[in-house]
Amino acid sequence: MSESEVLPADAVRPDGPKADAPVLEVEDLTVTFATPDGPVKAVQHVSLSVDGEEILGIVGESGSGKSVTMMAVMGLLPKTATITGSVKFRGQEILGLPDKELRRHRGKHVAMIFQDPLTSLNPVFSVGYQISEAIRVHNDVSKKEAADRAVGLLDLVGIPHARQRADQYPHEFSGGMRQRAMIAMAIANDPDVLIADEPTTALDVTIQAQILEVLETAQAATRSAIVLITHDLGVVAGVADRVHVMYAGRAAETGAVDDVFIQPRHPYTLGLLDSLPRLDAEGHEKLTPITGAPPSLLHPPPGCPFHPRCRYVRPMCSEVVPELRFVGGLGQRSACHYAEELAGVEPGPS
Amino acid sequence: MTDAVAPPNGNAAPVEAGAPIMAVRDLVKHFPVMSGDIIRRKIGDVHAVCGVSFDLYPGETLGLVGESGSGKSTIARCVLRLHEPTSGSVHYGNVDLLAQNTKQMRRLRRDLQIVFQDPYASLDPRMTVADIVGEPFKIHGYDGDARARTRELLRLVGLNPEHGNRYPHEFSGGQRQRIGIARALALEPKVMILDEPVSALDVSIQAGVVNLLEEIQDRLGIAFLFVAHDLSVVKHISDRVAVMYLGHLVEIGTRDQIYASPAHPYTQALLSAVPVPDPVAERRRERIVLKGEVPSPVDPPSGCRFRTRCWKAQEICAEEVPALIDRGHGHPSACHFAEVKEVV
Repeated sequence: MSESEVLPADAVRPDGPKADAPVLEVEDLTVTFATPDGPVKAVQHVSLSVDGEEILGIVGESGSGKSVTMMAVMGLLPKTATITGSVKFRGQEILGLPDKELRRHRGKHVAMIFQDPLTSLNPVFSVGYQISEAIRVHNDVSKKEAADRAVGLLDLVGIPHARQRADQYPHEFSGGMRQRAMIAMAIANDPDVLIADEPTTALDVTIQAQILEVLETAQAATRSAIVLITHDLGVVAGVADRVHVMYAGRAAETGAVDDVFIQPRHPYTLGLLDSLPRLDAEGHEKLTPITGAPPSLLHPPPGCPFHPRCRYVRPMCSEVVPELRFVGGLGQRSACHYAEELAGVEPGPS
Repeated sequence: MTDAVAPPNGNAAPVEAGAPIMAVRDLVKHFPVMSGDIIRRKIGDVHAVCGVSFDLYPGETLGLVGESGSGKSTIARCVLRLHEPTSGSVHYGNVDLLAQNTKQMRRLRRDLQIVFQDPYASLDPRMTVADIVGEPFKIHGYDGDARARTRELLRLVGLNPEHGNRYPHEFSGGQRQRIGIARALALEPKVMILDEPVSALDVSIQAGVVNLLEEIQDRLGIAFLFVAHDLSVVKHISDRVAVMYLGHLVEIGTRDQIYASPAHPYTQALLSAVPVPDPVAERRRERIVLKGEVPSPVDPPSGCRFRTRCWKAQEICAEEVPALIDRGHGHPSACHFAEVKEVV
């Protein structure tokens, strides 16, 4: 299960340990939540890998399992979740590690940025203190040194007057500034993988553009890989190298952004792109929505989870679950029985 | 679009051909800021909307865009007097809405309806869907068969009329928004205010609701004031677009004027910040990343409100409020140094 496509452009990487592929490997991950109504299969048989310094976008709608997948990677799921499969960080299995050992990973090797920075920051400590605390957990440095580094990080993420702002509390920061502070905290320990869960969803577009720039700065400074979870296909198109499209807890399609966005080989990806009104559209074409609604994860449909909404549905789709398999060129994979027939179908309003 | 004939309703304010169905002039809304003491004193004002004027024509969609705090939702509510405007005027046809008393206003609200953003909060969880959609008939009186009309409305918005006896929690977000639209359509309004109607929905569902709104407009000729922050959706649905920044209208024009030849620097920055789902185009695009954030509406900057983030700002921008006038680009823009720049 190697997903590390060797692309010529990527081959030229600065040397050093981080250039080794891949840093994070998820294999056959399944997450099930026990509920009074029965088990909810939030994530099913998801495999993905992230190379050093690469940006992987994970897209999908509400309930597609994109956040749960990454929460499982971080070991942040509640006890009610049953997790099977494997999560390897630099070849070392981290799934099932006791909390104490996981804590050594979190922050230092894998760090996370959440959608809502206000609930992820502690309201009763100053922003600078919270960042220096994150530094001191993993490094043996004095309080003074940690505080200085916190100011440096705030400066790096573009917070003006960083020294004064470090003494302020989260409520004194605006939404965009809080998200910058979260990024500063996430990169405080120079992680190898940065997981950003909808980092710009709560922000206005002009602030979103600023935060995406900060993420790029942060990546340049730490040379970390980034997993960007978002529902915004435009953000992924602009930022990510590869994309992983999820639907109803399963991977629908994965590959380089250029392949997936320009030559989608899964009807769901195609449907998403067709239903999106576009700023660069010429004239006024009618949107093509995907009919129906996402399936209940309590009672998922048999076969392909997308078949009840698929415009290309055939009898086999409701019987056999399609495997994620290679289609087209250069590492593009699709979980559709008839992916080949989509060759040549370009997204865009019909 | 302007010659679309609205269905006869009996209670409409007459609209002459070519005249706006709704005219907003110098609309101002200030919210008081109170001190936190025991004796609450007014210590300032949030300048939410400051002197906004625009027209809405029969059968058209006017998109009102801007970021959080720009005052777009406040306008939506002031127009219906859900907020009482501080000053200015709102005319529906030739009726001055601000001069109406509560009773008269209620009668006029038949023609002026609103759909809210959050389909979870705007539907009463203890009422069945048929009761929700049929409630306007109870309030305003209806001569015909209200139950048959309710079923017809549910069918119109793409819901199964058999599901009328279900409760809102049994529906998905997209279906709930359709219920909200059916309720707004019940009294055959002439004007519909849509306050971020698709922002809470997933993209695959959003497209269906956008299409529904377009179909409704084509069939019933209702004028839409479409308030949203998503510039792609606004481009898709609007005939004309108005751009707001911190309580001011900075640019207004037809869709093509605003998107293909924006003249105000803020419009240009806003458009350039919207990502498009095309990796090749996206990498090639030039992005204007604005410095800083929207200033506080309690103490807005003097002169042009955008000057603190504008790369073109000069001394005059701090001294003189730029008027919203045509500066030789075919549509009005409020910038001393307005200049067309293609950004999409």
